[in-house]
Amino acid sequence: MVEHYKPHKYKAGEMSLPERFAEYFSRLSEREAVAEANRCLYCYDAPCVVACPTHIDIPSFIRKIATGNVKGSARTILESNLLGATCARVCPVQELCEGSCVLARDQKPIMIGRLQRYATDWAWSRGCKYFDPGAPNGLKVAVVGCGPAGLSCAGELAKAGFAVTCFESRSMAGGLDTYGIVVFREPVEVSLAEVKMVEELGVSIRTGVTVGKEIGWDELVDSFDAVFIGVGMAAVPLLSIPGEELDQVVDGLEFIEQTKIKALDSITVGQRVCVVGAGNTAIDCATIARRLGAERVAIVYRRSEAEMPCYHFEYQFALSEGVSFMFLTQPVAVLGTGCVEALKCIRMDLGPPDSLGRRSPVVVPDSEFVLPADMVIRAIGQKKRYDALEQLALLGVKSNNGYITVALESRQTDNPKVFAGGDCIRSTGEASTVAAVQDGKIAARSICAQLSERARLKHVSADHSRRSSQEST
Amino acid sequence: MFQLITPDGLPRRARKRMVNLEIDFCGIKAPNPFWLASGPPTNSGLQVQKAFEQGWGGVVWKTIGAPVLNVCNRYGTIDYRGSKIIGLNNVELISDRSVEVNLKEIREVKKNFPDRALFVSVMVESKKETWQEIIKRVEDTGADGVELNFGCPHGMQERGMGSAMGQVPEYTTMVTEWVSEVATRPVVVKLTPNVTDIVQPARAAVAGGASALSLINTINSIIGVDLDTFRIVPDVGGRGGHGGYAGPAIKPIALHLVSAVSGDLVVQQAGTPISGIGGIETWRDAAEFMLLGATSIQVCTAAMHWGFRIVEDMIDGLSNWMDDKGFSRCSDFIGRSVGRMTTFGDFDLGFQTVARIDHSKCIQCNLCYISCNDAAHQCIDLKDLKIADSSSDCSWPVVREQDCVGCDLCAKVCPVNDCITMVEIDTGRSHVTWNQLVADKPEVLNWDKMEEYRKQEHIKIH
Repeated sequence: MVEHYKPHKYKAGEMSLPERFAEYFSRLSEREAVAEANRCLYCYDAPCVVACPTHIDIPSFIRKIATGNVKGSARTILESNLLGATCARVCPVQELCEGSCVLARDQKPIMIGRLQRYATDWAWSRGCKYFDPGAPNGLKVAVVGCGPAGLSCAGELAKAGFAVTCFESRSMAGGLDTYGIVVFREPVEVSLAEVKMVEELGVSIRTGVTVGKEIGWDELVDSFDAVFIGVGMAAVPLLSIPGEELDQVVDGLEFIEQTKIKALDSITVGQRVCVVGAGNTAIDCATIARRLGAERVAIVYRRSEAEMPCYHFEYQFALSEGVSFMFLTQPVAVLGTGCVEALKCIRMDLGPPDSLGRRSPVVVPDSEFVLPADMVIRAIGQKKRYDALEQLALLGVKSNNGYITVALESRQTDNPKVFAGGDCIRSTGEASTVAAVQDGKIAARSICAQLSERARLKHVSADHSRRSSQEST
Repeated sequence: MFQLITPDGLPRRARKRMVNLEIDFCGIKAPNPFWLASGPPTNSGLQVQKAFEQGWGGVVWKTIGAPVLNVCNRYGTIDYRGSKIIGLNNVELISDRSVEVNLKEIREVKKNFPDRALFVSVMVESKKETWQEIIKRVEDTGADGVELNFGCPHGMQERGMGSAMGQVPEYTTMVTEWVSEVATRPVVVKLTPNVTDIVQPARAAVAGGASALSLINTINSIIGVDLDTFRIVPDVGGRGGHGGYAGPAIKPIALHLVSAVSGDLVVQQAGTPISGIGGIETWRDAAEFMLLGATSIQVCTAAMHWGFRIVEDMIDGLSNWMDDKGFSRCSDFIGRSVGRMTTFGDFDLGFQTVARIDHSKCIQCNLCYISCNDAAHQCIDLKDLKIADSSSDCSWPVVREQDCVGCDLCAKVCPVNDCITMVEIDTGRSHVTWNQLVADKPEVLNWDKMEEYRKQEHIKIH
């Protein structure tokens, strides 16, 4: 797994700031891409396609790189996944397509993610456009939340002829692809290019509009033929420990966001940084802190290495970036007067397995110790959007444990006009961009199926009125 | 109307293409030029229907006719440096299913896919009545035409059929005439490459009334010998023999033979269309055959290796290429390169190129150096150079341009795209062809005079 990454080159001070935040992987050269594409066996009913949540026809897009039809290669990718350029960068390929590559059994798997990036980059750098808006069918769909799930749903619906309006509370669309993916994995321009592609399909994106505040949920459900909810999750919750109000205790997602939208040299980072949590966001925060120049970065996690929610390759990456890991360590207080001076922690041990079979941490009595720190980053997951869920409940959209309940095969909520996808429905399994894209696709398909009869009738009546108006002239 | 829904249930609203791949092959229209050749992939109705569903524009049904019995094993392959099936050799015979079964399935498939070209390959013993009878039976199915298999080089030729016909122009003309007498639909004659000059059987077929020519059939070959058992590959119970060679390895031979036929004045005057066959695996291969005069192309080995699904990239890739080149239909480029084909005597002797190495791309493998020095004209040196942005202590290959003969070998062995380019230079020499030169100065056929001429033209040989 480690060899997916280049051997670690970075040492603090070795590269300039912009260099440290440039895309980690370089673009494949044509020669590399063609050689790698020719290595692909072009399997039939290939396991990589099954492993891809959006079921991109991977052998076909790779073969097209090999035959020199790179334009068609990108088309094959985007037909299954409008956000193919983002997914090429952020997908946990070792867990998905590349992890299932048949060549992994006795040699190296095909670099599917890098090849996908090669094809989509090729198309984008040449301004290729693949899709047209469908002939208008007279139906309107509202998409709430313009992250990967919303963009995917909006784009697919626009291709089918729906008039789609997206409501996005932030000032830019793209959701976590724009704000939350560490910049050396995905530059912000890639996400914004995908937003632009969806807009070019005729989708209207209204940024800076929070549904539930500026416009009511009931109003949307009443005035649109269908509503898709892809609102994701909210901010990182508090640690609920004393001293947390100090300025240098920050929200991990906001910390990542700064590297996406602010000048790198204007971002404040400590010299001794503690990141609390061990998910993929925690890894991003820790590696960003290192690359911003923090001398010591420690991930503080109350369970052990085996229970870490982050991907193994992310763990390896953090290690290679010089991040240290303090397992079985629970923060109990942030110390400092006026500014963070230390993080007080207590040692943990693993107790008996809980109902999910995961061993729960138990406190080791009298084992408190103080870790010097001048910055603490919270990365312990995201809060649920209970505010929105309460309002949605009034419209018959049910939720469970903070996640919207949907029918698996259709992504339809308990209100037949309302569909949902992305992180806000992902109560089990890995929340990811690619899963969100598939949610959007499936919801779009369901909306098409549900409204096709009405679309046909509208079309007929539109035809009628056109004909009668022609007759009258 | 509501948009079309793809198999996975999503609306597929691709941008409309500006190109039309439709072709007209001796009066038979097909939605695209990609056809399956007579062979194992077109053995049954099941296979052909599946191929049509996946987008193939036409097929030539596997040869029906005389009764046969097959053997095992049937295939041998050339695998080259990790790539499987660069070449494929086979000893499979024509269809071993009865004529009745084949005709019944042909009728069904044509009914289900009236827009596709469906030709039926035929081979029977050399009797006028037998040929004429089967042609009538095939036409009765509704098939678009027949292809006369005068090319199969193994098994059938020993029984006086296949290439035994195609290798004798008189036989070719005779049987083509028999068939043309009764045929009401196009008659395609498939040519064997196992002849000295393919133009002769091509003309013979045209003389016999062929509506079109298809080429090439497989090439006589022994694929190999097992070094442990000393058995021939493929091994048929301890014995082996020659088979028909196909696959990517034969493409250059097929291109040459197609160009020889498409460039032949007799064929051109008859206006006989050509279906190109031989090692076609991608849209690029197909485009090359078409540039050299093929109206349709036929694929067999690639479909045997990868399945029918390859046609999707062939259609997509050719369409994108045509879009890029500004061609809106196939007829815009079919035969476009035929006029560039000529013989050595008409090449420009004054055209001079030299190799230029782009050291910013060079990876210092020095293959250009060793190939130039050991196998070409010793005009690349290894030198210590200071190259910007490189800290390499190794030496760099450098061309002595004044000595470079412009043979192009270094550029061909270079593993890096666009690192070595052949650049045309103006030597001031006259742009004369060999034929012109020997017509004007026949004395150059004498070495002394040749040396004089070279001195006068500043041609230095080292």
